[in-house]
Amino acid sequence: MDNLQILFVAPVFSLQLLIDGILIGAVFALAAYGMALVWGVMKIINFAQGEFVILGGFLLYALKEAGLHPFLGVPVATAALFVIGWVIYRIAVVRVVEKDLFISILATFGIAILLQQLMNQIFGADVQTVESGLGTWFLLDGQVTVLQIKVVSFFIAMVLGVILALFLKMTRLGQAIRATAQHFRAAQILGVDTDRVYAITFALNAAICGAAGALVSMIWVIQPFMGLAYTIRSFMIVIVAGLGNVIGVALAGLGLGAAENFAGFILGAEFQAAFIFSLLVVILLWRNFRLSLKRQYLE
Amino acid sequence: MNSDGKKIVAYGGILVLALAAPWMMTAYRTQLAFLWVMVLFALTWDLVGGQMGYASFGNIVFFGVGMYSTAVIQRNLHYGLEEYAHVAGRVESLSAAEYLTGLSLGMTVGAVAAVVIAAILGVCILAMGMRGPYFGICTLGLGVAAGELASGWEYVGAGSGLVTPVFPEGLGERAIFFYYIFFFLTIVTFFTLRRLYSGRFGLAINAIRDDEDKAEAMGIRTTRYKITAWCVSAFFLSLTGGAAGHLIGFIDPTEVAFAGPTFGVWMILMAILGGKGTLWGPVIGAVIFHVTQEVFWTYLFGWQRVALGAFIVAIVVFFPQGLMGWAQERWPERFGHRVEGTALAQTAGGEGA
Repeated sequence: MDNLQILFVAPVFSLQLLIDGILIGAVFALAAYGMALVWGVMKIINFAQGEFVILGGFLLYALKEAGLHPFLGVPVATAALFVIGWVIYRIAVVRVVEKDLFISILATFGIAILLQQLMNQIFGADVQTVESGLGTWFLLDGQVTVLQIKVVSFFIAMVLGVILALFLKMTRLGQAIRATAQHFRAAQILGVDTDRVYAITFALNAAICGAAGALVSMIWVIQPFMGLAYTIRSFMIVIVAGLGNVIGVALAGLGLGAAENFAGFILGAEFQAAFIFSLLVVILLWRNFRLSLKRQYLE
Repeated sequence: MNSDGKKIVAYGGILVLALAAPWMMTAYRTQLAFLWVMVLFALTWDLVGGQMGYASFGNIVFFGVGMYSTAVIQRNLHYGLEEYAHVAGRVESLSAAEYLTGLSLGMTVGAVAAVVIAAILGVCILAMGMRGPYFGICTLGLGVAAGELASGWEYVGAGSGLVTPVFPEGLGERAIFFYYIFFFLTIVTFFTLRRLYSGRFGLAINAIRDDEDKAEAMGIRTTRYKITAWCVSAFFLSLTGGAAGHLIGFIDPTEVAFAGPTFGVWMILMAILGGKGTLWGPVIGAVIFHVTQEVFWTYLFGWQRVALGAFIVAIVVFFPQGLMGWAQERWPERFGHRVEGTALAQTAGGEGA
């Protein structure tokens, strides 16, 4: 709690935390957008979300080790995750997509555990980071430092989000995805190949997560067992913003990034994870309270 | 032989086998003790997750609470805090009487603490009407948050964990001692649950599982039943945790006490594998799961956790109804279900004629 005083003594430090938090929050928002997409279209909550993020990060790390420039590695990691997502859908998710939410949560949680252990086996349990080779900006006479890679990743995340939104809005396939989200049966009757739509949605989500993870590996650190926190962050953002609310997801993501950065600083880094998961409980209780006021339940 | 006689023979056979097991397989005593821990996990999870339909991902909280309470009580009873932390628990060992006093007192306090926590959480979460995936994810958050808080809390050893007091006798004796403790606890839990399921309580929580709104409209006090079931589950899980900490000998906040991604998920999977919502399902599921896991450890060393992950996915994706569910579909008349297929066939035949 001593750190709280620092914020009052040196207000400029709050600015530093705010900027860092918002820049990281864009990546959270990107992963959350993917979760909202899968949730809205396929009606499953993907608990392997965070593992896709970490896997994207590790792929970028492997590509960097192989000599590829990190910025060229990002699209490669994204494409690779698209394929991985497609395969996972075809093998496992296709069988649980029609079942109740509990089974699909548990199945994707199982996939998450499997991916964690595979990454642990292949890449090792060490914390890794990818050096982007970009410099640092010093603002306000060097009182505030901004890593250039964070700004770059912020814009990449935002641009990807906009591209995805436009894809869903404009293209024929995007329309099919949105039609399936609105009404599965009606879309089927109108000739939408819903199975293909599901496969593409799940693969797209994996690809988005892969991109987010590649960015995370450059601005932060990755480790095989860090995935669950990203899943929970995505889930919280979607709960707060609501399904199908792109602007809301972006704002909630940025807000979460900032809140987490402040909490990590004030409470100490060892309580940052505790903060995320406690926040989840608080948000769910709050949501429940609001619903109980309305006297209605969502299935 | 009538069915009661068969049951007595079956229960007697299991009893004899279970009592003799640690002497037949002396090398596997610790693993055998863990077998009963797994059965207890699955049974206590199934009370809330299977029978009541409230799939919790965070029951591990009560396990951790029991474990920490027991260890902390024992530490405070016999050692000073400073002295204990300094040598990480390896001060001069306790006498058998001291050890047992501390253990039983600690487990009692742990059980009470877990029930109180379950009641408080029940009032905050269950009584407010949180359901379905939101309940599951909320409890998941609780489980992980508890682990993270414990690993930041100096009083309980923070991230470096707690070492439980050394067992007064040798390690082999420790495994035997805890084997019988867990076996006894399993018997008590099993028959308590059997008693609960066969009465009004079982009918009420099954009604909650099938349709909570209708159950409430029928006049069942759903909130009271939900919180009671959650507390019963917490009570037995806490006792399990209290003893399990001493069997393992070392309490790590996130890997042992609040091990959501391992124990926390396994308890769900074992219940599902055996068949959730049945009395024997969790027991059978736990035995199969534990044996599979030990086989993976023995033959796939290095890749055992990957294999386990694949096994988990396979259970959920390909076999979600579980063994008991499958058996019920296969031989419905043996489970006392009215066989509708034959009735339909008869009507169809009658129409045909």
